[in-house]
Amino acid sequence: MLMHETMVAQSLLSTISAEAAKRSAKPVSAKISCGVLNAINDDVLCFAFDAIAKDTACEGMKLEIEHKQLQGRCKSCAEIFEFELCQPVCPKCGSGDFELQPDAALVLEEIEFSTE
Amino acid sequence: MYKVKVGKKILSANEEYAVKNSRLLAEQKKLCLNMISSPGSGKTTILVKTINELKGKIKIGVIEGDIQTDIDAERIKATGAPVIQINTEGACHLSAAQVSSGLERLPVSDLDLIFIENVGNLVCPSAFELGETGKVAVLSVPEGDDKPAKYPAIFAKSKALLVNKVDLLGAQAQVDFDVERVKADARKLNKSIEIFLISARTGEGFAEWCGWLLRAVEELR
Repeated sequence: MLMHETMVAQSLLSTISAEAAKRSAKPVSAKISCGVLNAINDDVLCFAFDAIAKDTACEGMKLEIEHKQLQGRCKSCAEIFEFELCQPVCPKCGSGDFELQPDAALVLEEIEFSTE
Repeated sequence: MYKVKVGKKILSANEEYAVKNSRLLAEQKKLCLNMISSPGSGKTTILVKTINELKGKIKIGVIEGDIQTDIDAERIKATGAPVIQINTEGACHLSAAQVSSGLERLPVSDLDLIFIENVGNLVCPSAFELGETGKVAVLSVPEGDDKPAKYPAIFAKSKALLVNKVDLLGAQAQVDFDVERVKADARKLNKSIEIFLISARTGEGFAEWCGWLLRAVEELR
């Protein structure tokens, strides 16, 4: 099955290729950030990216993926905390009355280019 | 070596189509629900029963997403409801562009409610906004009561949760499934989620589920 990471990899490849063409530089690595609800598996995304980047300017690039935790905001004490399903209470005051903050988007943060 | 800050959303192409779909649905005041579940939870059976129950009350159309085949679309077609089959050819989810093409081919202005039956998969489809009014998660009893805890994304994002095949529960139950655990875990993730206990086989719970749909359609008018 083609996983959703393939679509993410394709979108990444076209964005990075366009940035590389603009600078006539060789991209060597990229930083990506994503939220929990994007359901990104690092191995699957890197595998998909390697496969489609073959024979392009992006071949051999390394991807660094940062996962941003889902955050909760306590309605009792306004504490903002990293939400854990197995412990869904405010770590500061112990209240179970909280709201989930919006999940982080999938973002291409940074590309590193070779100067050679 | 030098670094360049980009800060660009990766799925912006999908998002653009999602915005387009959402605008079209809002302009025409149509309710559009994206049904997401594991394979075999009973999505198509639920849709067939829902369409039959609501015949004469509201008009329903379906965008049917499958990896391959039109088996599910044929089952919908037998109810007389308009249906568009989309084959993802191997992909694990429907994209907003595919839904956009589905909406173009459905007689949207004649309909009140459009169901999108996503590819059977509890993980990937929840990561793709389609421009729908809301998501409906389906969880069937044999899958186990640990699913909201193990696959939180879809439960966090859904307007409603259908717990299907509840006819397997009760005194003669052959499965261990704690309905209260499912409700509690789902509500931890999503306080406003509506939970319906249904059986597409016996019709149990359909009065409540169909009532909710009718109210949601009415609110948009």
